[in-house]
Amino acid sequence: MAIEVRIPTILRTYTEGQKSVEGSGATLAELLSDLDSRHSGLRDRLVDGSGLRRFVNVYLNDEDVRFLGGLATPVADGDTVTVLPAVAGGGR
Amino acid sequence: MLTITADLYGKIVAHARADHPDEACGVIAGPAGTGRPERFIPMLNAERSPTFYRFDSAEQFQVWREMDERDEEPVVIYHSHTATGAFPSRTDISYASEPGAHYVVVSTREPDRAEFRSFRILDGVVTEEEVHVVAGRAGSSPE
Repeated sequence: MAIEVRIPTILRTYTEGQKSVEGSGATLAELLSDLDSRHSGLRDRLVDGSGLRRFVNVYLNDEDVRFLGGLATPVADGDTVTVLPAVAGGGR
Repeated sequence: MLTITADLYGKIVAHARADHPDEACGVIAGPAGTGRPERFIPMLNAERSPTFYRFDSAEQFQVWREMDERDEEPVVIYHSHTATGAFPSRTDISYASEPGAHYVVVSTREPDRAEFRSFRILDGVVTEEEVHVVAGRAGSSPE
């Protein structure tokens, strides 16, 4: 089972510079744990105590997983998961 | 140093003015590896706030995918401050996640004069850089 996970520049230190890695799992949570077993520390950049980190966007194919099931979102062979750090900031 | 055409400089300032008193934000994409800003992409500020901005996540996905398909990268990430100066705030620094980008901050706190400054933000360290405005329209080059 292979699910492609696209990694943003800032997280490629966890993937030896690769912009795309593969993993498996039935849900996003399982997929992230699977990735973390080979790319230690990656999961912590995406998940905190209350779920997916607020300023990281994770997409299943074209959709933000916040609108699907968050960490419980089912994933399947052939899916593509994309990670993009949120672009944000402000005057304060 | 950020080298940018007067046309693109003007577009950023105009966007900031138009959205004042909310913060404006956007990207200027350019060919990967060239550091040349060419394609102006104003973005929705999903926070619609006078003190905070955030790219809409669906729009960001579309824009990033399109840049990838066109072999571009985000050369400039810009946003405006509506009541404070044109300098990265603590939140700007903590959320800066494109190590190769020039972070442009425009201040619209004064109605008749926009402040426009550019910075590199790497691992929490801010370094201001010179802004070199050149003639010509985006995308046109001598070669």
